[in-house]
Amino acid sequence: MLEIKNLHARIAEDGTEIIRGLNLTVKAGEVAAIMGPNGSGKSTLSYILSGREDYEVTEGEILYNGENILELEASERAAKGIFLAFQYPVEIPGVATMQFLKVAMNEQRKYRGEDELTTPEFMRRVKEAAAELKIAPEMLRRPLNVGFSGGEKKRAEILQMALLEPKLCVLDETDSGLDIDALKIVADGVNALRSPDRAVIVITHYQRLLDYIVPDTVHVLYKGQVIKSGDKTLAHELEANGYADIIEAAA
Amino acid sequence: MPAVQETIDQVRQIDVDQYKYGFETTIEVEKAPKGLSEDIIRFISAKKSEPEWMLEWRLDAYRRWLTMEEPTWARVNYPKIDFNDIYYYAAPKGTTGPKSLDEVDPELLKVYEKLGIPLKEQEMLAGVQKSKIAVDAVFDSVSVVTTFKEELKKAGVIFMSISEAIREYPDLVKKYLGSVVPPTDNYYATLNCAVFTDGSFVYVPKGVRCPMELSTYFRINEKNTGQFERTLIIAEEGAYVSYLEGCTAPQRDENQLHAAVVELVALDEAEIKYSTVQNWYPGDKHGKGGIYNFVTKRGDCRGKNSKISWTQVETGSAITWKYPSCILRGDGSRGEFYSIAVSNGHQQIDSGTKMIHLGKNTSSRIVSKGIAAGVSENTYRGQVSAHRKAENARNFTQCDSLLIGDKCGAHTVPYIEAKNSTAQFEHEATTSKISEDQLFYCLQRGIPTEAAIALIVNGFVKEVIQELPMEFAVEAQKLIGISLEGSVG
Ligand SMILES: Nc1ncnc2c1ncn2[C@@H]1O[C@H](COP(=O)(O)OP(=O)(O)OP(=O)(O)O)[C@@H](O)[C@H]1O
Ligand SMILES: [Mg+2]
Repeated sequence: MLEIKNLHARIAEDGTEIIRGLNLTVKAGEVAAIMGPNGSGKSTLSYILSGREDYEVTEGEILYNGENILELEASERAAKGIFLAFQYPVEIPGVATMQFLKVAMNEQRKYRGEDELTTPEFMRRVKEAAAELKIAPEMLRRPLNVGFSGGEKKRAEILQMALLEPKLCVLDETDSGLDIDALKIVADGVNALRSPDRAVIVITHYQRLLDYIVPDTVHVLYKGQVIKSGDKTLAHELEANGYADIIEAAA
Repeated sequence: MPAVQETIDQVRQIDVDQYKYGFETTIEVEKAPKGLSEDIIRFISAKKSEPEWMLEWRLDAYRRWLTMEEPTWARVNYPKIDFNDIYYYAAPKGTTGPKSLDEVDPELLKVYEKLGIPLKEQEMLAGVQKSKIAVDAVFDSVSVVTTFKEELKKAGVIFMSISEAIREYPDLVKKYLGSVVPPTDNYYATLNCAVFTDGSFVYVPKGVRCPMELSTYFRINEKNTGQFERTLIIAEEGAYVSYLEGCTAPQRDENQLHAAVVELVALDEAEIKYSTVQNWYPGDKHGKGGIYNFVTKRGDCRGKNSKISWTQVETGSAITWKYPSCILRGDGSRGEFYSIAVSNGHQQIDSGTKMIHLGKNTSSRIVSKGIAAGVSENTYRGQVSAHRKAENARNFTQCDSLLIGDKCGAHTVPYIEAKNSTAQFEHEATTSKISEDQLFYCLQRGIPTEAAIALIVNGFVKEVIQELPMEFAVEAQKLIGISLEGSVG
């Protein structure tokens, strides 16, 4: 589903290289965990994947279902099924969560040449998904993310993911800021989306989340490169020993 | 900052291709010679078969105007206007005044149809509700038709062009014309007194709730022609009326002047709701052309517990200079001002309101939403004052600005003056910017840039949109979207 080959990318504004020859393959149906020390480039990778223009790809390619997506607009990539749950969800003042959801769903449908959702159908889907994630209906009337608690923001991200039904889901530290119960709810939400035609990339620092969302593969990102890949036991190893040995071995 | 850069580039393109009302209509016209003089004023007055007192009133204003100076305090810049290079009267041939619908030149009806304003007396389909809207159509210097006149007359409501009213109801006109905005008020208002050509007249008698929305659509069609509209609305005791004005003009390379005066009078317990959707041609992307919109609008809450509410959506004009105000004279009267001012490209807006509290227990509310994009300048200028005798005056002002890109400017200039110690005035102001993070977030959810801007902007102006008559709220929302778009039009 996703093939990243020898990717080099830098910050457009000042030319600082952040991603330095990164390779990563994620198959349909797979859950891949990406771990790595602070500042290693995990969020940057998720931005580049979803088409943020602050970064410039200087080398390499990103194939999504065999298509090179580097020339696509961020909104086109989204409509084609790439979803990013933000590490820091952004506040959109004045725009009710409900309305935002409706516009997002219908814009994606429009891009794909599908009909707009009818209001009753839209309402039905939102209510159902919100109930699953234990999101109160009042929250949906509030402006998106404005004044939401850390945990509420993360849940709202998963709600959007559930409704947009993406094919490639990237979760950037969705576990941070969640209490134990919320963590479970969010993990259930993600697990419910697991399917043979969908891939999930989970960016996290902690084993805790991976206890709930059990990954098929684990990749260690360091200074803009994947320096080690393994199965779920690699995450346990990191939890026990930290990154030092792996970094040393890669050097 | 590429994402925002792109937005800026897109909004910068707003110009000719965007303005969908920019077509020109070829209609045979009759014009007065170019320039301004006592003879021209006599010509206009004669064309309208005005009584002698009206002509004298105009001439007095003209003589005074000659001694006045153009104001320069507003935050707008434009080359000096040559008032002798303007046509002050242009009328479609054969129209000295409004006629019945079947007599109106079909070409003219087509123009209004093209603008989305059906003049046939039919129910307008709008949203869920079917409602009737009476329209006065003003083309250059004359009103060409007023619809639903008969039906309104049955309810006792007079709705006609001001030219007709001067002939048919001289006593009413004499009593109220210039009683809110005196002929000496300001440079443009005085000019308007001298040369005004047409506009609407509304009179709602005691205790009558006007049975339908009233509206006037102004269209400037001729080259080098100024439009000087004059509107007068009177609501007698306990009366209610909701009125809306809309306006468009063709795209032209030269600037055109629109200097209107609107006067509202609300007597005891009366209420007037006045809405404007201002969409004059804003000029092209280089700032060439566009309407100079220099307007004086004022409402007098003359009676106790009367209420006047101004709602404006300003998206057009190269320059807007406009401060719809309320004089809160009657005890317990209330004034409201709700405004959305969108500036893009090279547009300059200096707009706001004045709430003048004279009576006891008067209250006012101001909600202003300014949105600036491109290289535009957007200024809110507002004055709230309480007279010595204005016990318990209350005002709440909220003034929010939203910036798109970093080459535009938003400014807030509030003047507050309380001569009575019981006055309570509150003022809140915010300035925000559509950030790159917000845009990327929307894009990531599949919402393209333009739709994202429209979404965020519409969220920003929601409070004011709600104040518009339902039939126009959706249109206004779309218009705001279009004014900020770069490509779709
Ligand atoms: N737009 C930017 N401007 C300046 N520096 C940037 C920008 N984007 C990323 N960086 C830098 O690139 C490096 C990688 O950042 P990134 O956010 O991708 O790290 P991360 O792996 O997600 O870290 P964390 O675990 O703390 O979330 C950091 O040093 C960061 O400061
Ligand atoms: Mg990060």
